[in-house]
Amino acid sequence: MHANPKALVINYEKCTGCRLCELVCSVHHHGVSNPAKSRIKVEKWEWEGLYIPMSCKQCIDAPCMNVCPVKAISRDEILSRVVVDHNLCIGCRSCVAVCPFGAMGFDPVEKKVFKCDLCDGDPKCVYFCDEKAVDYVEVSREALLRKREAAEKIAQAHRRAVELMSEI
Amino acid sequence: MALSRRIAYIDLSTGKIETKPIPIEMRRKFLGGRGLDAYLLYNHCEKGIDPFSPENPLIVSAGLLVGTLASATSRTHVMAKSPLTGMLGSCNMGGFFAPELRWAGFDHLVIKGKADKPVYIWIHNGEIEIRDAKNLWGKSVTEAQWAVREELGDPDVKCLVCGPAGEKLVRFANVMTGIKNAGGRTGMGAVMGSKNLKLIAVRGTMDIKIAYPKEALEFNKRFIEQITTAKVNQTMGILGTPFIWGATNSWGGVRVNNFQYNQLLYADDVEPERFHEIANETFGKYHMAGCFACQVHCRARYRIPDGPYKGCYDEGPEYTTQGAFASEVGCTSALTVLTGNYLCNQYGVDWLELGSLIAWAMELYEKGILTIRDTGGIDLRFGNDEAVIEMIKHVCERDTWLGDVLAEGGLKAAEIIGRDSIKYLIHVKGMQNLHSDERPTPALALNIATASRGSDHLRSRPAIDLYHLPEPVLRKIYSNPVPYDGPLSSDFRSYEGKAWQVFWQEQCFMAVDSLGICKYHTTFLGATLPNFEDWTKVIYYNTGLEFTPQELWTIAERCNNMERLFNIREGLTPDDPFKGDILVDRYFTEPTKRGAPDVIGTCIDREKFLKMREEFYRYHGWDEKTGAPTEETLIRLGIDNEPSHLL
Repeated sequence: MHANPKALVINYEKCTGCRLCELVCSVHHHGVSNPAKSRIKVEKWEWEGLYIPMSCKQCIDAPCMNVCPVKAISRDEILSRVVVDHNLCIGCRSCVAVCPFGAMGFDPVEKKVFKCDLCDGDPKCVYFCDEKAVDYVEVSREALLRKREAAEKIAQAHRRAVELMSEI
Repeated sequence: MALSRRIAYIDLSTGKIETKPIPIEMRRKFLGGRGLDAYLLYNHCEKGIDPFSPENPLIVSAGLLVGTLASATSRTHVMAKSPLTGMLGSCNMGGFFAPELRWAGFDHLVIKGKADKPVYIWIHNGEIEIRDAKNLWGKSVTEAQWAVREELGDPDVKCLVCGPAGEKLVRFANVMTGIKNAGGRTGMGAVMGSKNLKLIAVRGTMDIKIAYPKEALEFNKRFIEQITTAKVNQTMGILGTPFIWGATNSWGGVRVNNFQYNQLLYADDVEPERFHEIANETFGKYHMAGCFACQVHCRARYRIPDGPYKGCYDEGPEYTTQGAFASEVGCTSALTVLTGNYLCNQYGVDWLELGSLIAWAMELYEKGILTIRDTGGIDLRFGNDEAVIEMIKHVCERDTWLGDVLAEGGLKAAEIIGRDSIKYLIHVKGMQNLHSDERPTPALALNIATASRGSDHLRSRPAIDLYHLPEPVLRKIYSNPVPYDGPLSSDFRSYEGKAWQVFWQEQCFMAVDSLGICKYHTTFLGATLPNFEDWTKVIYYNTGLEFTPQELWTIAERCNNMERLFNIREGLTPDDPFKGDILVDRYFTEPTKRGAPDVIGTCIDREKFLKMREEFYRYHGWDEKTGAPTEETLIRLGIDNEPSHLL
């Protein structure tokens, strides 16, 4: 098992909404430009300027894996990801219905489900995202960074409070 | 694949819809986007028709590379005969409409006729339907889009929409998509309105096959790096296009109080940094947004910080909004710029034209040609923020005498107002100039005078001329892909070699507009950005089509000549004050009053300008006196038998 596995981490605040991730994902996996075949999708609330990229979380206790009646979905612990074995898949699409993130796609032409495979450890969406709204990082390190970020907000509020107190 | 997208002919009068493939020979001659639009317009628009008649074809298109891996392949192009100028009507916009149109199976739409009641067109995976727009008519740009998404039950539907200004036939109404992506200039939104066409909704999930996916991905990464490492784009990614206004104003290159000064003083509140601050405060640290597949992200997201529209969400403002609602009208308030930006985006109107017209009306008011009775009680003096906001509404609503008159555009308004009003109008071919002042810069002056859609900075502006680049650098850029050994000058005040630079930029912009790439990704504001040779590679990797840089150059020439033929057919002669390639007298007679030492006291030398224009015609293969393409040029480009009705 990988000692300190990496994960796709999405920081929606940094997303500029350009959808290059959708484009490169579909080109890399299918050789076509078609966001309908992308593993990642930027959900938008345009009238508020909110852009939220959505992708597979590679769950440890994955609902798609649990629901699969033929055990076609399993975890690959080396890359800490959930993978579909298309030789076993019967196309029942139970996994599509059960995923809480909508991360399991279905290609109506090829009649196959598809999901993020982290591009075998070199995610193209990350490679192309200059903003690092999508990043591929060690999970434990990410948690530390997030702690610091959250604490920084409290620290700022504290500084402001002290400033205000001194003005009184 | 990218080349399999079809063209659709939609007749709104009869409801007849026909689709056809686009032959590969037409791609090789005109690429797509603006280039092929120019061919279609010349072939489908009869000479001399009223732009508001059902016969005026509205042509909507995606560029050849839209949706592919060629960086910012987001551009939609729209063409028709312009209700503002009576000549070429053309606009180009970013956003997400064009790629969606391609995923829905189409590249070009030729929309003719007029619906007997408000309709919208629904395009979905190869299917086209004309639907009732009763519930959309009268709605603002954003309201209409959200309403149609709800009706169609899909939040990913993308729309091309005309706002209330287009419905009311304001002659410079925009077509819009999203919050603020605007096809401005020449009134294409009014053409939509005249057809009772509120909106075009598209949604597609069809593949665009990439010819060489692996190579395309690899090349695109390098291509993006070339684009995003340019300092100009990095700055734009933080401050947006307002940074250009800041830079230009600092040396005296913006019009103030219509045309009376060339630098806005006490401008701290409308400097780019101020807008950056407002976006930070009202949206957050990460407030920049991008068009499809673009890593430059030049668009700020913000909420209006104060005033009657406090809290309203919008995007921008742009370089031209600062000009329209600050410098030209002599205002120095960020709130006025942001409020004007918001209103124009909701009405769907060209703020550039509108701000310039309000500034003109203000000068007429100052000179006593318009009185407070004409303005309906508005004190239309320069610097009056409330007056500017009021006038925006009156023009878009056409609900006062002056608002209604200005909605007709400068030339018609000058005819109605009469007296000496025309003397103060800053236009070319009946289209108002943006806020920039070209008196110190002959190259830019030639650019606005000869641009195919009237006074405009996005058809042939050699912006890098302002950077004092060393001559060898200029030569490297401007002698590719065709040789040029004439003069070139690093001095922006010079007339030497400028005709060639303008010609080169015109070729460059035609190529990108036909490919569907954004101009910020080309040799426009940055000297290191891609041009012809780089494009041949992205075209090849994405579509498999092979071109040499010289071939692309010839295609651009052909497309530019198609636009020229259209304008000539509609009556262009070089010195015609209303339809010609000529500047208004003030450029030649009133020297600049402010600015840097090398800017102050300059104006355009008429004789040198006319010589430069002749030189420019010569490079095009046009007759030096008539400005018309010569027979030899048309034969060389294979367009000597137009209209040929091949599409």
